[in-house]
Amino acid sequence: MREIKAKQILLAIVELVRQANFILRSDVLAALKNAYRAENNNQAKIILKAILDNAVFAKKESLAICQDTGMPVVFVEVGQNIKIKGDLKSAINQGIEMSYKKYSLRNSIVADPLLRKTPEFSPGIIHIDMVRGSKIKLTVLPKGFGCENKSQLKMFKPTASLEEIKHFIVGAVKDAGPDACPPYIVGVGIGGTADYASFLAKKALLSRIQIRNSQLENDLLKDINKTGIGPMGLGGKTTALAVKIQKYPTHIAGLAVSVNISCHALRSACVIL
Amino acid sequence: MKNLEQLKAGQEICFTGIIYTARDQAHKRMEDAIKAGKRLPFEIKGAIIYYCGPTRTPKGKIIGSSGPTTSSRMDGYTPLLLSQGLVGMIGKGARSQEVKDAVKKYKGVYFLTYAGCGALLSKYIESAKIIAYSDLGPEAIMELVVKDFPLIVALDAKGGDIYGKA
Repeated sequence: MREIKAKQILLAIVELVRQANFILRSDVLAALKNAYRAENNNQAKIILKAILDNAVFAKKESLAICQDTGMPVVFVEVGQNIKIKGDLKSAINQGIEMSYKKYSLRNSIVADPLLRKTPEFSPGIIHIDMVRGSKIKLTVLPKGFGCENKSQLKMFKPTASLEEIKHFIVGAVKDAGPDACPPYIVGVGIGGTADYASFLAKKALLSRIQIRNSQLENDLLKDINKTGIGPMGLGGKTTALAVKIQKYPTHIAGLAVSVNISCHALRSACVIL
Repeated sequence: MKNLEQLKAGQEICFTGIIYTARDQAHKRMEDAIKAGKRLPFEIKGAIIYYCGPTRTPKGKIIGSSGPTTSSRMDGYTPLLLSQGLVGMIGKGARSQEVKDAVKKYKGVYFLTYAGCGALLSKYIESAKIIAYSDLGPEAIMELVVKDFPLIVALDAKGGDIYGKA
């Protein structure tokens, strides 16, 4: 059985946090460039230019793309034939803490959600999944809360029509309106349970923007872009860059739909160890 | 800002001068201070607040990434601050009807700046120092001296709203 030291995982997390916060994902950058070319609203174009300039400047100066360096969400896929020497979860949280400190990222985490004392650097949210093989895949998604605050969950009747579901998803984007840094990337989880649908909505944000878009995803994107919210909510045809859906089997009595919106600064980085 | 009342929603300006960062917890503390009859950490009369909690300052830089946060979370505190003499706010997104009414009543202004562009906006900040509530970490109140800071007028003193709502 292959062995890996928790320390190696810690060091990988340090690097992933840096990459995610300083270097905008290449698929997001490409989508923003396309949007900039396609926009004919002048103000929208100016804003998209600023967003692109910001990405270049952040990378060059090693500055965070956004001051909200988020709550780090870490997805771990552990091969069942690998043995981890040491404590996986504390390695991840220590890696987060070290990296946020080292790279001057923001301490945005309050230890107690009700007492809300001086913010700290960790912990993150850790999702662990077991998969075949003897490798470990680590993905870090620093999720800003301007957009996280716009998340919505609805438990539909199992007989709900596709139109009702689409209306809810587009409605969630309309509710976010200009507040959560459009153009958005809209993650959607459909099925499972309330919690699992919300997990899938978040996980959907990891899928690359340009590949394998379904008919439903494309239709929703068109509907969302018809709202005319536009970059910063000041109008234009770019309200969202993508809609990404993940589905899972569900119960005969229900149909959970969860929407997790990302701002244009959708940041994530991954590595396979 | 001398010509504040003349600004119109939709207008773009570059601002040079002093602004103060304050977000959720700082607003709560300022409200408590006003209600208790205590002094605020800065002169609120004529002041501009920037809804911003920057990243920590990297070595050799003036400030870290420093873009706007969602303004609507501060809506509940804003009419009180405007009544105390606050004139301007900088943030992102829409405001409540109460804020819109208060901006008109007290002849204030609400600006947007480039949302999600915190790295870029740090270029326009010439100095930064924490002046109060340092225990709040990134939510402390900072005094920023800015030069040519890009702003878009969103709510003006005559009731104009860039988002076009009544």
